[in-house]
Amino acid sequence: MFIEAWEYLAGHQAQFLAALWRHVALSASALAIAAAIAVPLGVRLADKGGSALVAINAANIGRTLPSLAVLALVMPIMGTGFAPSLFALTLLALPPILINTHTAIRQVDPDIVDAARGMGMTALEIVRKVELPIALPVIFAGIRTAAVQVVSGAVLAAYIGGGGLGDFITAGIAMMALPQLLVGAIPATLLSLGTDALFASIQRALTPAGLRAR
Amino acid sequence: MKWLINHWEDVLIALGEHVAIALTALVIASVVSLALGIWAAKNERVYRVSLAVSGFLYTIPTLAFLALLIPVVGLGKTNAIICMVAFSLMILIRNVATGIREVPEEVTDAARGMGMHPAEVLLRVELPLAMPVIVAGLRIAAVTVISVTVVGAYVNAGGLGTLIFSGMSNDFAPKIWTGAITACALAVVADLSLARLESRLKARAV
Repeated sequence: MFIEAWEYLAGHQAQFLAALWRHVALSASALAIAAAIAVPLGVRLADKGGSALVAINAANIGRTLPSLAVLALVMPIMGTGFAPSLFALTLLALPPILINTHTAIRQVDPDIVDAARGMGMTALEIVRKVELPIALPVIFAGIRTAAVQVVSGAVLAAYIGGGGLGDFITAGIAMMALPQLLVGAIPATLLSLGTDALFASIQRALTPAGLRAR
Repeated sequence: MKWLINHWEDVLIALGEHVAIALTALVIASVVSLALGIWAAKNERVYRVSLAVSGFLYTIPTLAFLALLIPVVGLGKTNAIICMVAFSLMILIRNVATGIREVPEEVTDAARGMGMHPAEVLLRVELPLAMPVIVAGLRIAAVTVISVTVVGAYVNAGGLGTLIFSGMSNDFAPKIWTGAITACALAVVADLSLARLESRLKARAV
């Protein structure tokens, strides 16, 4: 079976590479957009009471929604293809990043912020030079969770015409063609594991030396 | 809306099926995780190995996992349930082990000093005190399992995903809406009710 899968792969190289590229492009864009929205939003919400509570509760609910249900809900509104898939995956990536950023900034020791203010730092400097570096490992943990979720979700995007490795899996299941199915499922698994490992090492590298000892 | 009024029975059947599959997986995963988690709490090596293995399983994309199981167990409920159990293990083992480890040593010492057996200490002291953390894990696992069940419809496991997929292939939006919204509602309800249980257990523990 694995030999047949290998042969199938050899025979469909161009198609496979295109699907892999599309999978990576879809996941990376969704993650980048979600991070660009959720990190600044999480920082801004950290010192707010009421509106933050609403946003965080919404994010907590968003986190529980099944990925496939979110993708499916986007389809009747936006149709099928790359854009609807990108939109749905971005929605899925937002909650973990928002929640972690919000928590991370709030956990920064107020004494440290006071000391920075006492040194004459402006509010923007405090965020950039004090709060963000300390909060970065936890923020990145959220981005890592989101990244794995998006790579997994992108497999499901095949159902709404998003392309990617899921195409091989759905076609393989529909025709009960096991080699084709494996050509989708094995690389998708490796991609997900690789993403997790990559983000874990970035997370480690981003942890300030002073915080690493713990 | 018209479709829903005429087919509410189908929706209820799909919902019932969804809950049944999710519950089956959750029960199996809980039994396995309780055993492994207790062992892992007492043994550092078991802790590390079981978390590494279950963490690996947890990272595999849902649809890829279901697909990889097809050559082994074929299509159907068994396939989906194995996949869901595998996904829940990491969350549940971690929380069972952490919950037990967080019980203060003075408390277990005192229990032992009162003449309790190790089994009694576990059943009457450690597990009850670990319960809020275990339920917190159960909450995440429940949401995960409900989410996986939606995809499971594609390997003929049944449930609310059936409505979504048949709506997609017939390009019939009301079916998609009904399946997807009901699945979301189920996940939110499960999350909120286990959250309530969790905070009630926490309040009792103090």
